[in-house]
Amino acid sequence: MAYLEVNKISIRFGGLTAIDKFDFKVEKGQIVSIIGPNGAGKTTVFNILSGIYRAAEGEITFDGRNLKDKSPQEIVSLGMARTFQNIRLFYDMRVIENVLIGTHIRTGYRFLDGLFRTKRFHLEEGEKIRYAADLLKTVGLEKRIHDYADNLPYGEQRKLEIARAIATGARLLLLDEPAAGMNPQESEELRQFILQLKNQGYTILLIEHDMNVVMNLSDYIYVLDYGKKIAEGKPQEILENQQVVAAYLGEGEVE
Amino acid sequence: MEKIRTGINRLTEGFSYLETNVYKYRIILYAGGLSLSMLLPVFGFSQYMTRIFIMIGIYTMLALGLNILTGYTGLVSLGHGGFFAIGAYTTAILMLRFQMNFLIAVMIAMVFTGICGLLLGLPTLRLTGTYLSIVTLGFGEIVRMVIMNFDTVTNGTLGIRNIPRPSFFGFELTLANHGLFYLMLVLLILVTYVCIGIQNSNMGRTLRAIKADELAAVMMGIRSSRYKVGAFVVSAVLTGLAGGYYASLVSYIDHNSFTFDVSIMILSIVILGGMGTIRGMFLGAAILVAFPEVARPLMEWRFVVYGLVLILMMRFKPQGLLGWRSRLPYKIPVLKRSQTYREEKEANRRGR
Amino acid sequence: MILQQIFNGLSLGMAYALIAVGYSLVFGILRLVNFSHGAVYAFGAHAVIFFIGYHFGLIPAILLGVLLTGALGVLIDRVALYPLRKKKSPGISSLITTIGISYIIQNLLMMGFGSEKKPFPKLFDNRIVHILGARISTMQIIMFVTSVILLAILTFLIKGTKIGLAMRAVEQNEKNAGLMGINTNFIIAFTFFLGGISAAIASVLISGYYEILYPTMGFMVGLKAFAAAVLGGIGVLHGAIVGGLVIGVSEGLAATWFGSQYRDSVAFIILIIVLIVRPAGLFGRKGIEKV
Repeated sequence: MAYLEVNKISIRFGGLTAIDKFDFKVEKGQIVSIIGPNGAGKTTVFNILSGIYRAAEGEITFDGRNLKDKSPQEIVSLGMARTFQNIRLFYDMRVIENVLIGTHIRTGYRFLDGLFRTKRFHLEEGEKIRYAADLLKTVGLEKRIHDYADNLPYGEQRKLEIARAIATGARLLLLDEPAAGMNPQESEELRQFILQLKNQGYTILLIEHDMNVVMNLSDYIYVLDYGKKIAEGKPQEILENQQVVAAYLGEGEVE
Repeated sequence: MEKIRTGINRLTEGFSYLETNVYKYRIILYAGGLSLSMLLPVFGFSQYMTRIFIMIGIYTMLALGLNILTGYTGLVSLGHGGFFAIGAYTTAILMLRFQMNFLIAVMIAMVFTGICGLLLGLPTLRLTGTYLSIVTLGFGEIVRMVIMNFDTVTNGTLGIRNIPRPSFFGFELTLANHGLFYLMLVLLILVTYVCIGIQNSNMGRTLRAIKADELAAVMMGIRSSRYKVGAFVVSAVLTGLAGGYYASLVSYIDHNSFTFDVSIMILSIVILGGMGTIRGMFLGAAILVAFPEVARPLMEWRFVVYGLVLILMMRFKPQGLLGWRSRLPYKIPVLKRSQTYREEKEANRRGR
Repeated sequence: MILQQIFNGLSLGMAYALIAVGYSLVFGILRLVNFSHGAVYAFGAHAVIFFIGYHFGLIPAILLGVLLTGALGVLIDRVALYPLRKKKSPGISSLITTIGISYIIQNLLMMGFGSEKKPFPKLFDNRIVHILGARISTMQIIMFVTSVILLAILTFLIKGTKIGLAMRAVEQNEKNAGLMGINTNFIIAFTFFLGGISAAIASVLISGYYEILYPTMGFMVGLKAFAAAVLGGIGVLHGAIVGGLVIGVSEGLAATWFGSQYRDSVAFIILIIVLIVRPAGLFGRKGIEKV
């Protein structure tokens, strides 16, 4: 069984079927991309995976566990975390505090420990802060630790968002258009960064429009259009797929 | 207008500069501030002055309580007068009817206020923003209506008279012997300590994250509804404590002591001082409580001034007078004995 | 007796609806609960009594007072809320600002007119009509009829005129409406103006009905009207009308059944139940948050 296996999920908003019997799987250690034109339902898939929406039909298995009726918190604690299409950092907080929020789910001490500053509180809090600082170092934000999140340039905000997701202890990262709004140089840096994550053993599910990033990174690609899967395959196969080209360029039905 | 803005900004800049530079001496400053306030009565102030200081202390506690909800979590409560009333009435009734000691009465009152906070917090699971504020406003008014109509317990519109002063081992605390002042000081330090604890721990960080972006916080695995309800409870408990002390201080309470005006006053303090700061609550309370006393001729203008405070602050300085972003580096503790928590636990177990 | 309370409730409820429309219109466009609306309502009656005091005559005094209140609505938007919009402040800032405004208006009224209750002149020679055994005063009938007419005019204004179309466009999407050449700031100011005059008219009607006015009168009535707006689905015009009627009738019934001291609690209880059970109200649509 694959690491993440999604079996025929569907979701409807009013009369509109936003996702129609979509299935895909992600093997451990892979980078898998979901691509498709705007409004194809890619982010909706992420919202279902992360527990914001509930699929009307279909099954999702992650790491051998069924995700049906799991709350977002349970899903995070199982080891899946996400980023957002339009970056959603805690802008009024410091960079390191953003990462510390990521470690929230692994906090063992209780409210009263914090209130009375018990030994447990000091040790665990110290451990978390050092972990966060180390993590920021590995993603190359060590100079930014004390800054406030909204003072970071765009590319670093993306990195911070990914670091925050990693801090939850997740092994599967859902990245929603990480290269959006980046110039070629920034997106190249991002590509390196994601590759580095893969080498560290993270599994990555990617939504992306930047074809340079998608084609150079992905082990496998799924193409979504109007909520339906229209193609899947290795990057090369996707590039040669007539239906995909049609969907992207907006030609009529391909005979 | 431009002048107001630059004026306020310069003031804050100054404070912020101070923070960065006097940080090393903070222990001395805290100790100095504390001993100064402890010596206040010795300077021989009149009972009138002592009373003002005490009121500043009470409103600081109230603001610290509301700050947890509005400052950290971003939930605007317009009904904290209700919690204040519940704390005061519960304490008064327990002391009068059951001859309870002040401390025990206040503790029970805090628990009871906390339960009310829990009940009021539950709607937060479904409501956001303004809607929530309206429900809290409704809560405050309903509390007043219950007080007015539930005669058998609250004595209705007549109010409760002759609430005893707190006494310990037969020693009664009064304004004259400064006992009430020192009791206020102790409670205020306690409340401040609790607030600092929340601010510096996971709880405070989590609440701020929920304020900044609740959805993103949920996606980080935070059970936001649990924390929001928790914030309500803590906030209510602290407000209830202030209420209990207030009842014992004034010894007469009725439904008019806890109007919407009180809720707005608390909110104004939080906003003037700086939402999400602890220092701000002290300054905000000092300014707004002392203002009508200092500016006697402006007494009848004071509510207009509270309104202006809200509007001007929102326009020119939404983060409040003392609400700047700290320039001090984030404290990263160094590993003392090159041990992590788990290792230490291991070591302890093996050692014993 | 119950029939009597229902008739009382219907006439009062119609006036509540008139105030509720003010909440609804502003909320529809700005997603803001205009807390100052209750104070604006109180200002209306006081402005009228001020002009009556200067011997303007009843009708001119009412007209002037109503227009002045409309202007106050515009002033609130221009002076306090517009700068916040320009700065793109978070919603909480506008909310707190409107609380501040209501506070200022209410307390200025207290300082100008005194905080005690004052008589409001009889608007009409009151006669009692008996319908099905219930006593109905001409004032109640006039209150009901005037409110219905005004609400009809408002509905026509919004559904059937060019400026109404622009209002609805701004409500849908302020930015795009602006790009289409609609002067959004004018539309918002106009909305505040409408809210102001309808509140002022309701204020005159209700004060005329009770023959009394006082500076804090807007607090409770404002909350009831807000409850009405929420019950019907805030932002929905006909919802406000239904909500107003329900609140008006149920508070009359509560006063009969449980005693008059519970009259004011009903609106709160309805409000809280609606907000918890169905925050979108009876006719409101549920929004989906975009992630």
